[in-house]
Amino acid sequence: MARVLIRNLNKFYDKDVHAVKDVNLEIRDKEFVVLVGPSGCGKTTTLRMVAGLESISSGEVLIGDTVVNALPPMDRDIAMVFQNYALYPHMSVYDNMAFGLKMRGIDRGEIAKRVQDAAEILGIGELLRRKPRQLSGGQRQRVALGRAIVRHPQVFLFDEPLSNLDAKLRVQMRVELKKLHTRLNTTAVYVTHDQVEAMTLGDRVVVMRNGLVQQVGEPLELYNTPANRFVAGFLGSPAMNFAPVSVQDGNGGLRADNRGFTIDVPAEIGPRLRPYAGRDVILGVRPEDMQVANGSHPPGLCFDAMVEVVERLGSETLLDLQVGEQTMVAAVEPTISAKRGDKLRFAMRPERLHFFDVTSEAAI
Amino acid sequence: MIEGAKWRRWVFFYIPLGIFILWLLFPFYWMLVTSVRPDRELYRPWMAPNYAPFWTNHPTLVHITDLLTQTLFIRWMANTLFIALLSTAISLFCGLLAGYALSRLKFRFAGALGTGIFITYLVPQTLLFIPLADIIRSFQLGDTPWALILTYPTFLIPFCTWLLMGYFKAIPRELEECARIDGATRWKAMLYIIFPIALPGILSAGIFAFTLSWNEFIYALVFLSSAEQKTVSVGVTSELVRGDVFYWGQLMAGALLGSIPVAFIYSFFVEHYVAGLTGSVKG
Amino acid sequence: MAVSDFVVQRIYAPAPRRSVATRLLEDERWLAAVLLLPTVILLGVFIAYPFVEGVLLSVTDARVGVPGHFVGLANFVALFNDSIFRIAVWNTFVYTIVATIFKLALGLWLALLLNRNFKGKAFTRAFILLPFIIPTVLSTFAWKWMFDPTFSVINWTLFQLGIIHSRVNWLGDPNLALISVIIVNVWRGVPFYAISLLAGLQTINPELQEAAAIDGARPWQRFWHVTWPLLLPVTMVVVLFSVIQTFADFQLVYVLTGGGPANATQLFATYAYQLGIGTGLLGEGAAISLAMFPFLLIIVVIQLLYIRRVEVH
Repeated sequence: MARVLIRNLNKFYDKDVHAVKDVNLEIRDKEFVVLVGPSGCGKTTTLRMVAGLESISSGEVLIGDTVVNALPPMDRDIAMVFQNYALYPHMSVYDNMAFGLKMRGIDRGEIAKRVQDAAEILGIGELLRRKPRQLSGGQRQRVALGRAIVRHPQVFLFDEPLSNLDAKLRVQMRVELKKLHTRLNTTAVYVTHDQVEAMTLGDRVVVMRNGLVQQVGEPLELYNTPANRFVAGFLGSPAMNFAPVSVQDGNGGLRADNRGFTIDVPAEIGPRLRPYAGRDVILGVRPEDMQVANGSHPPGLCFDAMVEVVERLGSETLLDLQVGEQTMVAAVEPTISAKRGDKLRFAMRPERLHFFDVTSEAAI
Repeated sequence: MIEGAKWRRWVFFYIPLGIFILWLLFPFYWMLVTSVRPDRELYRPWMAPNYAPFWTNHPTLVHITDLLTQTLFIRWMANTLFIALLSTAISLFCGLLAGYALSRLKFRFAGALGTGIFITYLVPQTLLFIPLADIIRSFQLGDTPWALILTYPTFLIPFCTWLLMGYFKAIPRELEECARIDGATRWKAMLYIIFPIALPGILSAGIFAFTLSWNEFIYALVFLSSAEQKTVSVGVTSELVRGDVFYWGQLMAGALLGSIPVAFIYSFFVEHYVAGLTGSVKG
Repeated sequence: MAVSDFVVQRIYAPAPRRSVATRLLEDERWLAAVLLLPTVILLGVFIAYPFVEGVLLSVTDARVGVPGHFVGLANFVALFNDSIFRIAVWNTFVYTIVATIFKLALGLWLALLLNRNFKGKAFTRAFILLPFIIPTVLSTFAWKWMFDPTFSVINWTLFQLGIIHSRVNWLGDPNLALISVIIVNVWRGVPFYAISLLAGLQTINPELQEAAAIDGARPWQRFWHVTWPLLLPVTMVVVLFSVIQTFADFQLVYVLTGGGPANATQLFATYAYQLGIGTGLLGEGAAISLAMFPFLLIIVVIQLLYIRRVEVH
């Protein structure tokens, strides 16, 4: 069972910097887990502690059933793919991939077999004799992957492997990585700052911020029911709109009032929001959940807005709106015609509203 | 190129450069000419009317052959080569290990040790040679090449360490980390990954160390006494002067031949030597 | 296909047992200690130990073959009163300062000349370094021969050019000897300065010079305000090394004049050799060598402080 268990993991640098704060995580066997968050959130440090490249200040890391805190990297049966590929420049692609196996004393025949197999899977068979400096970015990435694959490790670790690729290549490699994981069926821990990679690649996603785990769950779970404002704003592009509102009584239920607009609080959310009556909360609504109002929308959820900027992407149109003093972004159908200065009426989808406590930022 | 009129180019560039080159290289030419000039021409006073300094019409190899057959010159060359190679090897060995430790490992006294090694580089040999002579004698290494092979590293190691540190620092950390995850111990990662990548630096350090040890004089002068043990520099200085008479022909021949190995190696590795020189200054 | 290999159910294998030595060497601190051990031993035995020995020797009246008795600072007092020593100190300072100034000026000039692109540049650069590469003693002999009062080619040339009218005894004339030695030292050192400064020049972005030129600065102003400040760090390091070597110089003077005539070229190192090894007065010789140390220390500290200040800038 190659699961990875992280228990109460902490990392201190120089006594003052608390980079990783009491992280608890279980990565199940064969699962692909993504650690995501802004730079400095502790995701890379956590990964490096799992790898053995960073010492553990307190807590435990278990791979399988073994506590690996004291084990050097070479004994943890893991493989890592680095952001900068870390290919050995003085060795050929073949030797790069064979290096780890040689270090472990595996015989030459077996090495050749494994390297050939991995090369075939990754499509780099012709590059085996070349040196890294003769390869393109994408090819180097594949070699780095190949080097990890041949080791048949229990756990794969990825440290922002796609960050150095150009946008198009990144999309391509993302798909290939997903296919690769299905094929290899091995536990993987993947670190990235890109929420798209997190959403598309992870079986489960761990959002981190300032050394703390914000939320753990399947991608859509995090998307649809974020635990706090940070997670809500981090996942999804364009990002969720946030507006401060005060909760008022009225119209038989609660109303969320902002100087730019006022909407009825949907009945399902009412009970949760009742304790906040008379106080301020933060309303969150995603751009795609803001629609141009037509007759089908209940008037209580409609509001007026002025169009500031129109961005036509082809698949959708983004409208930058001025709602009172508030700026919000709406993602609407490409067929909607609007231009700068238009005053339009919008509606929010009631089942897609989020509310967050002002001080704790937790979801209500 | 310099912009401007052609005469400016000549006055400000070609002529000064020419004079520099002439000044820097003339002594070697003089060495060469003297080595092949027969004695009767050699000992012609400069005031004499037929003093023709810059060439000779009767070149002769007698100085060179006398040097090689009648003196221990070949023995001195062998000694110097032996000493230079071994002390370079020792210094590279120590320098590689120390340079790696200081540049890629984290430990408490790294800064202090680095500074300490730098300071020893600044201690000139002329400060230590008297007490060292005593120590060498008490170790019973006097008048053996080992006196030099063990003492030359004192000024070669700091230099090698410093130079190699510069090269090591340029190697990304991830390469070593990846090697260690792949299954290498720190030691093996150092040997199989770091050292091969730093090869140009190793070459530079080696060449520079070789020329430095070939060039050393005072330790060799003080620690060696018998003629068979001497290095080229010391031998030429002490043995080619008999009584008060300087045998200039042989002396210049000795100087010329003694310079050849260093110049030879240098010519193959100019880039590395210059890299070594500038690396030590920029680092 | 080997896909099946990857899907094989594997139980996480326990880590291999490692020997004590391996585990120890994985620890950064132990590995560092092992790696630094040979260096520390060598430098300790052959630098630190002799240094201490030197200090101890200098406060005794030891001679060759005769162990010494503690005499306190008697050696140093004797040196202070020794007129030859005072001359040696003076000579060493003059030698070092004058030679360094010329090496810096000429080296800089040569570096600026070499910084252009011209045919045969690489070749020239390689040849220029020869005075520095070739063993000092050997090339110094060539100069000695060139300076020889009876057979000097320099004299002949100057005579032919009408600059002198009688023999010039470069090394035998007390008034000229120090100058001659300085000339040879400068000859030897210019390549080192030139190549090092050239490397420094090449790291300076040419666009800075061009921008200054467009702003109307003349060549001299461009040099002084743009090039020189950027070159200072490299210059200081080069000067530091060179000053130490020159101050402690031995080979040149030993070969050319042996310290004479009449101590006109006597330096710290040559006098130490003369007293310590030549005459066998180990205690006094050690004292002279040691007397170099405070001066060297001050020079090094001043330069290091200056370098640090320049770098922070």
